[in-house]
Amino acid sequence: MSQIGSFALMLALGLSAYSFLAGLLALFNRNAASARLGETARRAGIATFAAVLLAAIVLVAAAFNDDFSIAYIFHHSNRDLPAAYKFAVLWSGQEGSLLFWSLLLAGYGFVLRLRYKTDQRLFAYASMIIAAVQVFFLLILNFAAHPFAVMQGGLPPDGTGLNPLLQYPEMVIHPPMLYLGYVGFTVPFAFALGALIMKYPGEKWIHITRRWTMVTWCFLTIGVFLGAHWAYAVLGWGGYWGWDPVENASLMPWLTGTAFLHSVMMQEKRGMLKVWNMSLIFATFLLSMLGTFLTRSGVISSVHAFAQSAIGTWFLVFIALTMAVCTYFLIANRSHLKSEHKLEALVSRESSFLFNNLLLLTVCFTILWGTFFPILSQFVQGHKVTVGPPFFNRVAIPVALLLLLLTAVGPLLAWRKTSIESLKRNFLYPAVGALAVGGMMILFGVRPWEDPSYFYATMAAVLSALVIFTVISEFLRGGRVIAGKTQRNLFSAMLQLCHRNTRRYGGYIVHFGVALVVVGILGTPFNKEVEKEMGFGDKIFIGPYTLVCQSYTQDDNPNYGNEWAIISVFRGGKQITTMYPERRFYKASQQPQTLPRIYPSFREDLFLVNDVYLVYEGKNETTGRPIIKAHLNPLVPWIWIGLIIMVFGTIVALVPNAAAVQVAATTPVRTPAHAGAGD
Amino acid sequence: MQEQGTEMKFKILLSADSIPSVGPGSVGPRSVETAGVGTGALARPSRAQLGSYRRSLRLQIRSTRCLHAAVLAAAVIILAGAGDDSARFKDLGHRMMCVCGCNQILLECNHVGCTYSDKMRDELQASLDKGANNNDDLILQGFVQEYGPTVIAAPTTTGFNRVAWIMPFVALALGIAFVIFVVRSWKNRPTPALADGIVMPQGSELDEFRRRARKETDQ
Repeated sequence: MSQIGSFALMLALGLSAYSFLAGLLALFNRNAASARLGETARRAGIATFAAVLLAAIVLVAAAFNDDFSIAYIFHHSNRDLPAAYKFAVLWSGQEGSLLFWSLLLAGYGFVLRLRYKTDQRLFAYASMIIAAVQVFFLLILNFAAHPFAVMQGGLPPDGTGLNPLLQYPEMVIHPPMLYLGYVGFTVPFAFALGALIMKYPGEKWIHITRRWTMVTWCFLTIGVFLGAHWAYAVLGWGGYWGWDPVENASLMPWLTGTAFLHSVMMQEKRGMLKVWNMSLIFATFLLSMLGTFLTRSGVISSVHAFAQSAIGTWFLVFIALTMAVCTYFLIANRSHLKSEHKLEALVSRESSFLFNNLLLLTVCFTILWGTFFPILSQFVQGHKVTVGPPFFNRVAIPVALLLLLLTAVGPLLAWRKTSIESLKRNFLYPAVGALAVGGMMILFGVRPWEDPSYFYATMAAVLSALVIFTVISEFLRGGRVIAGKTQRNLFSAMLQLCHRNTRRYGGYIVHFGVALVVVGILGTPFNKEVEKEMGFGDKIFIGPYTLVCQSYTQDDNPNYGNEWAIISVFRGGKQITTMYPERRFYKASQQPQTLPRIYPSFREDLFLVNDVYLVYEGKNETTGRPIIKAHLNPLVPWIWIGLIIMVFGTIVALVPNAAAVQVAATTPVRTPAHAGAGD
Repeated sequence: MQEQGTEMKFKILLSADSIPSVGPGSVGPRSVETAGVGTGALARPSRAQLGSYRRSLRLQIRSTRCLHAAVLAAAVIILAGAGDDSARFKDLGHRMMCVCGCNQILLECNHVGCTYSDKMRDELQASLDKGANNNDDLILQGFVQEYGPTVIAAPTTTGFNRVAWIMPFVALALGIAFVIFVVRSWKNRPTPALADGIVMPQGSELDEFRRRARKETDQ
């Protein structure tokens, strides 16, 4: 079995190398033969997908067949591992995850090469660049991190099992989503670099790649948030974001990708920011690579560094090489990237995008700086320092709040020029509503002047409310106009409005989701926690809840033995639920693992929802009594709801626009002027 | 956020520490008051003098009460601060990392069987139990000596570590300057000419088009 896998990987390397070299020759030698050569390069690229897919299938089949002659399977699986996790073995270790990365890249390349007729030359460039990236991954897979390496010595009877932290349903979804995001940015990168190399006329390449970029961004968003949810639901420390280097690595390309999605509109509509957009998409791709470098190189300590090896050097060389190529073409072809238009007014959508990009990149720089500062410190001071949550919270949060303000104000600004009157008219009610939210917080006892964390929480609440009210007012305003013209009811008119400009209103929905995510985060300063040894009938009082320990029980299955507490949750004297925080002991890996239980109080609170979060921490060695840690985390469920809304908004933005309803204008207006807020 | 909150609490404690020095001053007015009464008993004062004296006495009594209240408040703050070890424990525990390699904040490390976090928490509690003389910086310094500089969760604000804090804001400032430069240069750029002699509407004419378009779409 391992021989089939090894052969498939070697074949894939040969095919992708051919796809790259033949594609390169075909593009730079313009004659009749080169067209045929280019076609063979495209087909070789398609065949690469088949070969990598075969390798991945072989690895998964080996996991299902408990083929412990393959070292990777021995180290990441065992006989009693449930089937879903055996499937997840593919991305649970270094070699497998690199193979999975290569598979996704080949999959994206496969789709791209099938759609080559859209623009044959541009697609040929993109295909060649994707093949080059593919060659890099297949070189590592064949020569540095072989997933089909054979076990030395005798055949072991069982594997050492999957890391217990990874044995959670979300881990079956989180890595594929994250990888789809990371890898997906290779496609817009390939189109951008291709367009730059060939000096592609016009902005068509942006239209072609827009969907790729949005889909990729959506996957990365889901991946990042699922990672946060996994940390929340599995690691058991009561939080969802620890500013770990690998978490940071996933956030950085997300930030530059978000900046690109905004600034690319400037290029589409006004022919501006061409160099900037190129740089952003290059940076996003390179930051995606940096994430893998951080995870695998071991240069920075991280909870995610499950496996470290020398492949960090490979990544470093690849990143340096890619940077050199990108920089060279940016400089050599800079005349092609000249802006076409001038800025008419400071108060305009264009300015807001500039500042939006500035703030997103400042947050990104802060994270990059904080992540690499320990290495810099080692170099300068001779010792490492830790750059942890206190640093990132203090520096990134104020900038993020400014960004939230721009999220609220930006959509109200028109392209080219915004009159102060229209800004006042559109901004007044949302601003009053947002200030009312701030006033209510103070009324309910939050004292922003007492503690900076309360100040940030209040500001975040006010600004999120501003975003939410702005989005609602935009929908209502547009809906009313359509309702007036078409005699529909307001809701139906808003649906039509959304369908007529899916990109703009999908974007608003995404902003709405972002505001809800911020609402979920701003509850952090109000978190409570209590830790207690609990015997039968013992109670923990936390916030309005009383937790009563009913009993303890245990169970056993082939994969793990476990024990859990049975805890009734009361509120106002009424039992609202029973929770079962659990502790497992995995037999194959001989590792313990706590599994918290979470109860979101939607039924009792609706808007001001809390998470009751219980962790069975283990037993006190002296007394033998179990220790339960209870957290009360206000508003956290809004983060996950915000994610769902963000994804929904992205899907809306991907839907093609409906044909505009023909409405006779009451006064003829000359066409050249673009007025009002666009998308 | 946690960090900053703690710093503020620490400042309150410092100001509370300085309050007792006001205490001896409160003896002053009381002694003046006693002296005044004594003087009045010896030389019978006039009605005007008596009124003035009563007003002055009321003022002194009020100021004395104010001082008593201030001293009491200070005492409450000091006592509350002194007894609030759990808040200090929580704060300091969030300013340090667990050194077991989990890369988590000390009080958030919940790794089953972690050999470091329990020991470190005990040490932190012991340091706090030593008394008020053992201030936060000394406690953190003690941990640095025992576990190395990586035990502190964020760079300090001394020496080269200051660069960590300054750089993001320098980057933001440079970014703002760059954006302003770009915006200005774009604004001063000449309007591009259109082919076929089409003249782009400018100034008030363009504003009029915008106003009419807005009226059509935004009634």
